[in-house]
Amino acid sequence: MEPILNQLFAGVSYGSILLLIALGLTFTFGQMGVINMAHGEFIMFGAYTTYVLQEVLGKDQITYAFLLSLPIALVVAGAMGLLLEMTLIKRLYGRPLDTLLVTWGVALVLQQLARDIFGANNVEVVSPTWLEGGITVFGIDMAYNRLFIIGLALAITAAAWVVVGKLKQGRRMRAVMQNRQLAGASGINTPSVDRRTFFLGSGLAGVAGVAITQLGSVGPNLGTNYIIDAFLVVIVGGLGHLRGAVIAALALGILNSLAEYWSSASLGKVIVFMAIVVFLQFRPQGIVASESRGLA
Amino acid sequence: MTTFVKSFVPSNRSEWSSRATFVAVAILFLFVFPAWLSDSRLDLMASYVTYAIVALGIAIAWGNGGMLVLGQGLFFGLGAYCVGMYLALVEVGGAPNLPQFMTLLGSQETLPALWEPFNNVWFALSAAVIVPVTLATILGTLIFRSRIRGPYFAILTQALAGAFAILLIGNITLINGTNGITTSFSEIFGLSLFEPADQRVLYTIVVIVLGIAFLLSRQMLKSRYGRLLLAVRDAEDRVRFLGYSATKIKVIAFATAAGLAGVGGALFVLVGPKIISPASVGIIPSITMVVWVAVGGRASLAGAIAGAILVNTAEFEISSAAPEYWLYFQGALFIGVVAFAPKGLAGAATWLKEKVTSRGSSSTTSTSKTAEEAA
Repeated sequence: MEPILNQLFAGVSYGSILLLIALGLTFTFGQMGVINMAHGEFIMFGAYTTYVLQEVLGKDQITYAFLLSLPIALVVAGAMGLLLEMTLIKRLYGRPLDTLLVTWGVALVLQQLARDIFGANNVEVVSPTWLEGGITVFGIDMAYNRLFIIGLALAITAAAWVVVGKLKQGRRMRAVMQNRQLAGASGINTPSVDRRTFFLGSGLAGVAGVAITQLGSVGPNLGTNYIIDAFLVVIVGGLGHLRGAVIAALALGILNSLAEYWSSASLGKVIVFMAIVVFLQFRPQGIVASESRGLA
Repeated sequence: MTTFVKSFVPSNRSEWSSRATFVAVAILFLFVFPAWLSDSRLDLMASYVTYAIVALGIAIAWGNGGMLVLGQGLFFGLGAYCVGMYLALVEVGGAPNLPQFMTLLGSQETLPALWEPFNNVWFALSAAVIVPVTLATILGTLIFRSRIRGPYFAILTQALAGAFAILLIGNITLINGTNGITTSFSEIFGLSLFEPADQRVLYTIVVIVLGIAFLLSRQMLKSRYGRLLLAVRDAEDRVRFLGYSATKIKVIAFATAAGLAGVGGALFVLVGPKIISPASVGIIPSITMVVWVAVGGRASLAGAIAGAILVNTAEFEISSAAPEYWLYFQGALFIGVVAFAPKGLAGAATWLKEKVTSRGSSSTTSTSKTAEEAA
């Protein structure tokens, strides 16, 4: 039983990373219909932000550097997203497949840029001492860094729920998502809402990047390892629904770690993929479906 | 059937001109390149030609069917591994013997059952096409039946290619994991893969296969089915309301693309670097294949071929001169072509043609050139 419980914990922990990434995607993909393949690279630049802050502030300020990097990575990644939206994506609304390819091109450029700036080799981010070690509860070994990530994912999800569900900004976002023309006709400045949404969504990727630094080294390919799984979370969860994203992220995280435990790391991914295809047979719109009279 | 035969007879002037272009390009590939290029460059060109076969399939599924296939590396890899396994067995002198990497790893006592049938060249060659087509038919039916389309379909195919690459990497004892399958001397139908004279024959065979694949694909798109496929791309629901099975139409295009990718993969291990490894089947190679077609002009078959060959030639030239710049170049190519010139090379060619024959001949821009993407 204990190995299973440990796998469950590993699954929840992986699921909360996916959730952190997928939250940003829920904004950009779900709410705006934009497939941003460069989202993974925003994660990577968020992670490098932590590294740079550590180098700048010195080895004795690890804790401050880490905590400070959360808001700074949000702004750095958010600004990159904003730039991308204003230069390229704006021209491509209504062409989701083209957006996917263009942002993949952007991702390639950003990866090479990271390689040129920080070197092709991975760099190490030092963890604050209070994130080292862990506790054992009912035979489950819970590392502090993983608990921290779970906590961060919970906090950010709660914040996202407040923003989307309660604030004026979130109401505008939902209005634009549900009916762009009508929202515009009602006096909402839709281009401005788009920019804000993109800033927020991309910024969350940066925050996810900071969290990921606690799990391993940081390299130019960091984002690509997570991005596909995160997109699957959004597809399984249902477009633009926070509740769906949370359930799907946890389900996929746990399924991943259990499938890898029962078979092998390589077969695990195939099993997860098959499970998703089968699931979509029954609920093509995802866990939480929007009610719509449209055809698509 | 009679209409099929009739469709080979040219009916108008533009048909004659495209036929002349075809003959010119065939002469270029069959006679000019072999005379002009060195042995090793010609061998490399042969591998680009196999890529062009894959590109044809993407032009059908994506350009004409609106299905962005981001997992063609999977089907390419299946085809390549099927033939690669045959070659690895030939190298050690046939079935009961273990392929070299197995002997080196010492992981297997006897030849695994999966390998047994690949001792037969006909089995290996037909499996290289049948396996991808079957897999694509099953997956396509499941995916399209639940009306998953657009970006969702694209992401799913991409995840599939990723999962396949991971599966291959994990299977070290069976198919040599990351290193993939390669041979240092092997032959097929008595043609050595490493003798320049035989390599030239293989090059010719590969070019002829591309020519046949091109002509068949062209017939397919010109047929009634081709027009239905375009209709599905542009207004899937309307096609469904008219009583057609959109699922069936899409599955056929997806399976055709998979089959062409399988053919390309099967030929790919015979020429060029003569290796198939997870590095050429995963997410990144799969999306790279789409770039070739995007550069060529997504809906145009001729464009897809031109795109595959030009982009790969450029990659070879740039990455041997300045490897660190290739990714920038590739990224810029992606952004520039897709965002600002979605019609690609084919669009440029049409534009030129219309400039030249601006007056006199009737406008013959075919509907398949419409690069307006219906997502």
